[in-house]
Amino acid sequence: MAVTVARDGGRTRQGRHLWLVYTLLIAGAVIMVFPFVWEILTSFKTLSAAASVPPQVLPLPPTTRAFDKVLTTIPFWHLLGNSLLLTVIRTIGQVALCTMAGYGFARFDFPGKNILFVGFLAILMVPGQLFILPQYEIIQNLGMLNTILGIALPGLFSVFGTFLLRQFFQSLPMDMEEAARLDGANEWQIFWYVMLPLAKPGIIALVVLTSLWSWNDFLWPLVVASDENSMPLSVGLTLLNDLRLKDDPLLMAGALLASLPMIVVFLVLQRQFIKGIAFSGVKG
Amino acid sequence: MSVLEQEISPRVRTVSGAHTRRRSVRRSPWWALLFIGPAGLGLAVFYIWPVVRGIELSFEKVGPFGGSTWVGLDNFIAVFTQPDLGRALLNTLLYAAIALLGIPIALVIAALLNTPGLRFRGTFRVLYFLPVVTMPVAVALVWRLLLNVDTGIVNTVLHEVGLPGVAWLSTPVVNIVVIALVGIWMGLGTQVIIFIAGIQGVPDSLYEAAELDGASPVRRFFAITIPLISPTTFFLCILSVIASMQVFDLIFLMIDPNSNPAYPVSKSMVSLFFDKGFVVHDQGFAAAIAVVLLVIILVLSAIQFRLQRKWVHYE
Repeated sequence: MAVTVARDGGRTRQGRHLWLVYTLLIAGAVIMVFPFVWEILTSFKTLSAAASVPPQVLPLPPTTRAFDKVLTTIPFWHLLGNSLLLTVIRTIGQVALCTMAGYGFARFDFPGKNILFVGFLAILMVPGQLFILPQYEIIQNLGMLNTILGIALPGLFSVFGTFLLRQFFQSLPMDMEEAARLDGANEWQIFWYVMLPLAKPGIIALVVLTSLWSWNDFLWPLVVASDENSMPLSVGLTLLNDLRLKDDPLLMAGALLASLPMIVVFLVLQRQFIKGIAFSGVKG
Repeated sequence: MSVLEQEISPRVRTVSGAHTRRRSVRRSPWWALLFIGPAGLGLAVFYIWPVVRGIELSFEKVGPFGGSTWVGLDNFIAVFTQPDLGRALLNTLLYAAIALLGIPIALVIAALLNTPGLRFRGTFRVLYFLPVVTMPVAVALVWRLLLNVDTGIVNTVLHEVGLPGVAWLSTPVVNIVVIALVGIWMGLGTQVIIFIAGIQGVPDSLYEAAELDGASPVRRFFAITIPLISPTTFFLCILSVIASMQVFDLIFLMIDPNSNPAYPVSKSMVSLFFDKGFVVHDQGFAAAIAVVLLVIILVLSAIQFRLQRKWVHYE
């Protein structure tokens, strides 16, 4: 930086701008990250260190008591397993169904197609609460309250996902499937061997978004899963809160443990996450 | 595709042969059924039918053992005479209005992140995006700790600089504003990413020409970025309002019904819905709230579509 600043007038001005940009971005980043830092620090504090006024910044002496207590107070591993299972079922199901339906809407014509599609799109405007009561009735009638499958079932279907994939398939050129058809491939083979590989970016975007949303989903699982056996972590975390133990390190340790899996996946797959979100904005 | 085009296109195809793009959209109902059928069935059962049933429910009273009777507009009358409703609606609208402030903030951050020659771009992006991937329940718990009246770090800092502390979460109105700010914090990353994608779609030549004319970065931001990005801004406004009108997680978790004296006056529309539908188990009442919410969302979206002519520029 210093070298380029010294070179010429234009660069100097740009350099000064850059420093201002860095200052603003760093200030913003501090606000974004500070709560996480505080969460981590608090989770390693002793009860008395966490309760001291004014607050003590560093966890001295550091202790893992809060983490141990999370594991003994709520069935953490079981809840984690529920969240994983729920997320996997929902993501695989939704992505498979939306990819097929998106392809169908993009590449086939049939009577009433446009009306059907507009009907589905209208659903996007409807607030989720209107669905929840009847969905609850359906799940109740199926005897699936308090089951992972019951929590996952409505989320296997998605207008958003279908729309996202339809847009994606429509943007793909026709030549390859024409060629495959001339070679005698049937529609399913064209879809499976030709189109799916081409649609990979769109599919990955949906995988990312669906797994993020199902991991963090709250209201629907809160309503459907009232017992610890079937709760995902997002709801299970409220169990800690409901105990009203006035134990901040415990709550922070729980919050940290529940968020960590998705944060780690994000850090590993950041490119896919960011592309997925950008994609939903541009195409949505 | 217009109706006219639809009607004439088959004939056009036989004339012009396989060269048009339209030609490749196959008229093959059976394959269409295979591809769309499974998802279509699920969407019909879990989304389209529930809309119909939800509206029906709003005109019914559901008994404790499941049977329901038609009660006409009783639920809606109950909703509109419910003393909590006005408050919940105001809280929700206040939340939505404050949350909109996230959009200009996100736009500025996106523009800053797009500065040519910026280093650590990826790192910044990850840091701003971190709250988006964090569980909202965890976000609520952490911010509740930071905002605690007595032990919270926010008030401690205020005391340090000689200002009085504020009961952030137990002062009515203030708590909704603060929770909306937390909502902005939580969703900022998504908006930033979508803005970055939008800004990257603006032709570089425009910025280069403006730079040659001596326009400063700030001037380029106002004269080029803001107008050209306005469709994205509009899209984010629509999404933000729809999401804000359904705010629940943060309010539910940051305002404790047992210990927070402001709880009764701090409900959102969906908190009210949740109380009626799943705490008191008055499904008809809850469905009526959801229908009212749907109407409000449609009206707010329609207003925004109307207003967009004044400020959204399409190429």
